[in-house]
Amino acid sequence: MEKKYYKSIEEYQPIDGSPNNYKNLAKNHIGIDEPVSGSPSSRRDFLKLFGFAIASAAVVSSCEQPVRKAIPYLIKPDAITPGKASYFASTFFDGNDYSSILVKVRDGRPIKIEGNKLSSVTKGGSSARVQASVLSLYDTARYKNPAISGVEAEWEKADAEIIENLKAIKQSNGKIVIVTPTIISPSTLSVIEKFIEEYPATKHIQYDAISANAISLANQSVFGKEVIPSYQFHKAKVIVGFGADFLGTWLMPVEFTKQYSKGRKVGHNKKEMSYHAHFEAGMSLTGSNADKRIVTKNSQQKIVIANLYNEIAKQLGENTIEIPASPVDVHDVAQRLLAHKGESLVVCGSNDKESQVIVNGINYLLGNYGSTLDINSPLNLKKGNDSEMETLTKELNKGEVSGLILYGVNPAYNYQNAKGFLNGLKKADLTVSIPSLKDETAEECKYLCPDHYVLETWNDYEIKPGNYSLSQPAIRPIFNTRAGQETLLKWAGVETEYVELIKSNWKKNIYPSSGFSGSFRDFWNTSLHNGVFEKAVGGNLEINYSKSAIPSGIETESSEGLELELVESVAVGDGRQANNPWLQELPDPTTKVTWDNYASISVRLAEEMGITEGDIISIDKQLSLPVLIQPGQEHKTISVALGYGRTNAGAVAEGVGGNAYPLVQHNRQTRIYSKTGVKVEKVEGEHEFAKTQSHHSMEGRPLIRETTLSEYIEDPASGNEFHEKVKHHATTLYEKRKFEGHHWGMAVDLNSCTGCNACVVACSAENNVPVVGKEQVKLAREMHWMRIDRYYSDDIENPEVVRQPVMCQHCDNAPCENVCPVGATTNSSEGVNQMAYNRCIGTRYCNNNCPYKVRRFNFMDYTQSDAIPLNTYDPAGMTVDLKRMVLNPDVVIRSKGVIEKCSLCIQRIQEKKLDAKLENRQLEDGEIVPACAQTCPADAIVFGDLNNKDSKISKFFADERNYHLLEELHTLPSVGYLTKVRNTEAKATKKKEIKH
Amino acid sequence: MYVSPQREPLIKGEKDYATITNDVTAPMAGKPGKYWFMGITISTTAFLLGGVATFFTVWFGIGTWGLNKTIGWGWGITNFVWWVGIGHAGTFISAILLLFRQKWRTSINRSAEAMTLMAVACAGFFPLIHMGRLLVGFFIFPYPNTRDVWVNFNSPLLWDVFAITTYFFVSLLFWYVGLIPDLGTIRDRAKKVWQKKIYGFLSFGWVGSARHWSRHESLSLILAGLAAPLVLSVHSIVSMDFATSVIPGWHTTIFPPYFVSGAVFSGFAMVLTLLIIARKTMNLEEYITIGHIESMNKIIIATGSIVGIAYLTELFVAWYSGVEYEQYAFLNRATGPYWWAYTIMMTCNVITPQLFWFRKIRRSLVATFIISIFVNIGMWFERFVIVVTSLHRDFLPSSWTMYKPTLVEVGLYVGTIGLFFTLFLLFVRVFPVIAISEVKSVLKTSGEKKK
Repeated sequence: MEKKYYKSIEEYQPIDGSPNNYKNLAKNHIGIDEPVSGSPSSRRDFLKLFGFAIASAAVVSSCEQPVRKAIPYLIKPDAITPGKASYFASTFFDGNDYSSILVKVRDGRPIKIEGNKLSSVTKGGSSARVQASVLSLYDTARYKNPAISGVEAEWEKADAEIIENLKAIKQSNGKIVIVTPTIISPSTLSVIEKFIEEYPATKHIQYDAISANAISLANQSVFGKEVIPSYQFHKAKVIVGFGADFLGTWLMPVEFTKQYSKGRKVGHNKKEMSYHAHFEAGMSLTGSNADKRIVTKNSQQKIVIANLYNEIAKQLGENTIEIPASPVDVHDVAQRLLAHKGESLVVCGSNDKESQVIVNGINYLLGNYGSTLDINSPLNLKKGNDSEMETLTKELNKGEVSGLILYGVNPAYNYQNAKGFLNGLKKADLTVSIPSLKDETAEECKYLCPDHYVLETWNDYEIKPGNYSLSQPAIRPIFNTRAGQETLLKWAGVETEYVELIKSNWKKNIYPSSGFSGSFRDFWNTSLHNGVFEKAVGGNLEINYSKSAIPSGIETESSEGLELELVESVAVGDGRQANNPWLQELPDPTTKVTWDNYASISVRLAEEMGITEGDIISIDKQLSLPVLIQPGQEHKTISVALGYGRTNAGAVAEGVGGNAYPLVQHNRQTRIYSKTGVKVEKVEGEHEFAKTQSHHSMEGRPLIRETTLSEYIEDPASGNEFHEKVKHHATTLYEKRKFEGHHWGMAVDLNSCTGCNACVVACSAENNVPVVGKEQVKLAREMHWMRIDRYYSDDIENPEVVRQPVMCQHCDNAPCENVCPVGATTNSSEGVNQMAYNRCIGTRYCNNNCPYKVRRFNFMDYTQSDAIPLNTYDPAGMTVDLKRMVLNPDVVIRSKGVIEKCSLCIQRIQEKKLDAKLENRQLEDGEIVPACAQTCPADAIVFGDLNNKDSKISKFFADERNYHLLEELHTLPSVGYLTKVRNTEAKATKKKEIKH
Repeated sequence: MYVSPQREPLIKGEKDYATITNDVTAPMAGKPGKYWFMGITISTTAFLLGGVATFFTVWFGIGTWGLNKTIGWGWGITNFVWWVGIGHAGTFISAILLLFRQKWRTSINRSAEAMTLMAVACAGFFPLIHMGRLLVGFFIFPYPNTRDVWVNFNSPLLWDVFAITTYFFVSLLFWYVGLIPDLGTIRDRAKKVWQKKIYGFLSFGWVGSARHWSRHESLSLILAGLAAPLVLSVHSIVSMDFATSVIPGWHTTIFPPYFVSGAVFSGFAMVLTLLIIARKTMNLEEYITIGHIESMNKIIIATGSIVGIAYLTELFVAWYSGVEYEQYAFLNRATGPYWWAYTIMMTCNVITPQLFWFRKIRRSLVATFIISIFVNIGMWFERFVIVVTSLHRDFLPSSWTMYKPTLVEVGLYVGTIGLFFTLFLLFVRVFPVIAISEVKSVLKTSGEKKK
C-alpha cells in the first residue's frame, strides 16, 4: 500500500467532525490499509481481491450442503451422557387418563413413556393412550403461538388485552366462567382460586366429555359424599359389571387391569381366581374377558340391577324394589355374590343416577364398602357436574356470561349441544381458550393462549387422598406456549413461576404432614425423583348409609325399537388424542378395525334389516356410519365409539369416522350415553374397513389352549394335553442346540392378558414401527411387530372370546432363517432371531415361511429412508422432522424393501448386558424388560434367561400350563404361552367355532 | 400279405438339400411381411408396458403389487415358475431326445431351444424384480468381499440362482453350437457385405470340413449330456423353493418330479402354440408335419397324466398324513375362496389333455392349438394355486388374507410376454427357425422322397 498523502486538512480530518477521525489517524500511523478513493490498486490489492474472490467462489460453490453442526459439550451437563437415556419421573393426566410414568429422554428429546413402578396406583403399567401420548408432544398440528382473532400475536399483547377485558368485566360486575376438565392437581386448583380471588365473579366448572357424574351423585344421595370411590378389584372374588368397561376405558383402566389380573392369575400357590360376570349390550374389552357375559339392553340394565338388588335384599331380609321381572336370570349371580359377602364387587358404567344408587345399595348390602371399594379414599376423577354445563350454555345464550375461559376443554366437539354452546359463546365479551392440542373450540374463541403439552410442564396431582404425584418438563417447550396455570396466574396479577407455586403448596400442605425426616428441599427432590409421594391417610372406615335413598320403585323406559349405545374407544379414548397416528392405527381389541368408528350391530339385526358389513346407515338422521357386524352384540342395540369424527384436530384425525357426541342425551341430571327408539335407515354408499384380522374362527386348531378352573385344580396340565403329546413325539436327527451364556425367552400368561393393546403401542414407540395409514391397513400391510389375535367361539349371539398376543417367536429352529438366500436373518448365540436390515434384499421368503406370520415387509418407503427421492408413502406425516424426534435412536429405521420384526428389544438386552459388564456383575433376573412387558398393566408378559433355572421365565416354561404356539412344527420357539383358565363349569362338549 | 406300416416321413414333399436351405432361409430374406410388423408392434408395446411397470415397482416399491403381510409371493413367483417351466421343452427336445436318437426332434429343436432361452430370460426377470431391494440384489451372489458376508447355502433361493444361471448359459451354448453350421450356410448365401461380415463372425469360420463336423458333433453330444440332467435339476430346484418350506401345500416331497413333468408338459404346449402359427406363416408345413405335432401331443398326454396323478397323490397324502393344516390347505384349494383357480387348473391340466387319446384330435391342428392354449393357462393357474392359495390361509387364521394382483403386476407379466414374442420375432428374422443341417441329416432316411 502506497503511502497516503492528504491534499487538504479536510481530507485528513473530515469536516463533519466525526468522532472516529482519531481512529483514522491512528490507523494511518500504524499503517492499517485504508483504500483511498482515486488511488490506483496495487499488486497486493489485486492479489488480495483475487484470493478473496477465489476463496469465496470456492466457499460458495461448496455451500450447497447445509452445514450441520454437532457441537460437543465443553462442560458435560450432569445428567446428560450422549447415547445414554435419562428417565424423568412424571405423571400423565389429560383429564381422562391417569398414569404415573417415567419419560425416557434421549439427547433432550422424550422418546418413550414407561410406567412408574413406584406408584401404588398404576404400579408400572400404562395404557395404549398413555404410551402413545409421547407422539402427541410432537404433533405438528399443535398451536405454536398465541393468537388473537385467528392472527398470531405476542404473549404480551394477548395478555394485555385479556387483562384489560377481565378488568372491564370485573368493573361491570360481569360473570366469568372457567371451564376445565376434571382437575386433580391441588396446585392448579389453587391457581384457579387465586384467579377467583382477583376476579370474584368467576365460576369454575369442571366438564368431562365422558361423564361419570351419576356415580358421585349417587354417592351423594346414599352416603352423603359426592365422590367416586376407589375400587379394589383384586380383593373381589366375584366381580359383576354392568356395562362398565373397566379394563378398557372406565375411570382408571390401568389400575383396574392391574388389580383384575392379580385376581385372575392362577399358579401352584394360588388355585383360585375371581369370577367375573358382565352384563352389557355391545361387546366391550371387559365383557369379552368375563367368565360369563350376559347380553342385556341398556334400557333394561336398571331393571336387571334392581332385580339383582331384590334377590340379595330378599335373602338378607331387606326391603325390595318394585320392578318388573328381569329379562335375564340374575339368580346365579346373586347367589355367587351372597356367597362372597365382603369380597365381591358390583360396578356399573351407566351414567344414570338411579342405577348407581341401586348398585351402591347392592355393594352395601354385600358389605363391600371398606373392602373392595372405598368411599373414604375416593378417586379424584370425573368431578364434572353435568348440569353445570347445561346451565352454562343457557347463561351464555342469555348473554349472562361476559368472560369465558376454556382451559383444556373442547365442547365444540364433545358437547352434545355444541351448536348451542358456540352460539352462546359468541355472545360473551371475552372468550379465551387454553388448549394444548389443536381442537375445534380453540379457534372459536377470540384469544387463543396455547398451553404446554403435559410432557413440557410442571404439575402435581392427587389421584386419591394422600396419593400425590408430580409431573416435570421432559423437554423445553417446543413452541411458543405457556403453562395454562402461569397464564391464569398472570391474568390474576400473580407474577410467579408455576413450579414455585407448586413447591410452596407442597411445603405448606404436604410436607408438614408427610412424616419425611429431611428438609423440604430433600422432600421435594425425593418426590420429584420418585414422581410420586404417597402417605397413608387415616383409615376412616365409617360410612353413613342412608337406606331411604334406595328407591322403592323405579320408572322403566320403553325398551321397544332400536337402541343406541355410545362407548369410549379403547384406541383414541374420548377423542382428545385422535390426531395421534399410533392410536389411529391401533386395532380395536375386539373388532380389529383401525382408523375408523362404526355402528356395531348384531348378526340377527343385520339379517333382519338386510344389511351387510360396510353398508352405511344413518342414525336418527344425525350420523351416518358404516356398519360392522359384531358377534355378541345385543340384538337391537347399535354401539358406536366416541372420539372420532374430529373436524379440526390435525390432518391425521380429520375425516376419520363420525362424531357421535351430538347423540349423547341429557336426561334429568346427567349425560346419558345411550338412547332408545333410534331410527336407523340404510343410506347410499359402501365402506371398506381397515381391519387387521378378518377371520374370526380358530378352525379348531390348538392355538389358544384353555381350561376351566375346576379342571385346572384337578390337573394343572388340563387343556394342554397336546403339549405332552408333542413333547413325546418330538424327535430329531440333529443335536439339540446348546446356548452357552444366555438364552432369552418370553412367556405370555393368556389368563392375565386382557388384550388392552398397551403393548402394541409400546412396541411401536420403542422400535420405530412405521405407521402405514388406512389404505395400507386395508391391504393388510400393517407393520405392528406385536399383534393381538382374537378369536370367537360358540354362540354367535354371545360368543366366547380369546386373545393371544403374538410377536416373533424366536424359534431355535426357525423356518425363516434357512430360507433367506443372503443370510439376513440368523439366530444369535443367545437364541434371538435377528434381522440384519442392511443385508436384506427383500425376497420375502422368510415372511412366507414364518408359520406365525409375524414378519413385516416394508412395502413402501414408509420412513423416507431409501435412496430414491419422491417415493415416500407417509399418510400420517410421520416423516416430518418434528415427529421424527420421537424416534428411538437405538433402533434403526428400516427402508423400503426390507423385512422387519420383533427383536425382543435387543437394544434393551444389549444395554443391560453392558451395564452389568461395566459393573462386573451377573445380570439379574428381571433386569431386562422389553417394551411390551414393561408397559403391560396385567403383568402378562415375562422375559428372561431360560438358562437361569431360577428365573421367572424358567419357572413359567416349567409350568404345566406352558405350551408353544404350533409346537408340533418343531420350530422350538423361545416364546411360551400359559393356558387360559376360565372360571366356568367344565364343558362336556367341544367348542363350536364361529365361521366367518 | 401283411406289410408292416412304414413310419411317417419326417420331411414331406420332394426335397433335396438345396430346397431345404431355400425353404428354411426364405423367411429371413427380403422385407418382413405385414403380419411380422403387426406382431412386433404389439409385442414391443407389451414389452414397453412391462418397462413402465418395472419402473413403478423399483421406484415405489413392492407396495405397488397386491401382496400383503401374509402373502409374500403372488403373480411374480407364479410367472417365474411358469416361464421356467415353459423353457423346459426346448432342452428336453434338444438334449434328451438327442440322446435318445429321436430323429423327429430335428425339425423343432432350433425354435424350441430359442424358446427356452427367451423363456428363461423372462423367468429370470421375476426373481430380480420381486426383490424388495433390487439395487442390492447382487448380495445374492457369493462374491468375495471385505465385509466377510457370505450367502446362505441352505436357502433354496440361492440354489435357484445357480440353477437358473447354469441353465441359461448351458442352453445358450447348446443352442449356439447347434447354430454354427447353419450360420455358415447363411454367411455363404448372404448377398450384402455387412451380412456376410456379421454371419461370418458369428459362424466362427465354419467351413464344413470333416474335422469341423466331427468336433461339432462331439461338442453337441457333450453339451447334450450336460443339459439333460439340467432338465431334471432346474425345475426340481425351483420346486424346492416351495418344498423346503413349512407351509402346508408347499411342504411336499412329491414336488420335484411333479414340477419337472409339469414343466415339460407346459413347455411342449408352448412349443405347439408357437409352431402351429410359425409353420403356417412361414410355410414350413412340410418340415413341421402333423406327425411332429402328434409326437408332441403324445408327450403332452404322458406328462399331463403324470401331473394329474401328482394332484391326486397330493390330495391323498394330505388326507393320509392326518395333519390338519395339510388337510385344510387342500380342502381350501378345492373349496376355499380360490376354488375357481383350482377348477381351472384341474380342467386345463388334467381333463382337456386327455382328449389326445383320440388320434383324430391328436392330429387336428385346431384342436391341438386350442388344447395347447388350455395347457398354458392351466399350468399358469397351477403355479398360482400353489403360490397363493397355500399362503393365503396357512397356520394362524388371524393372519388369513386375500390377494388380488394390481395393474403393475399384470403389466410386468404382459411385459415378459412382450419380451418373449419380441425376441421370438427377431429370432425368426435373423436365424433359421429350423436346424438346416440337422434336417438335412435325416432327409435321406426319413424324407418322403426316399421312402
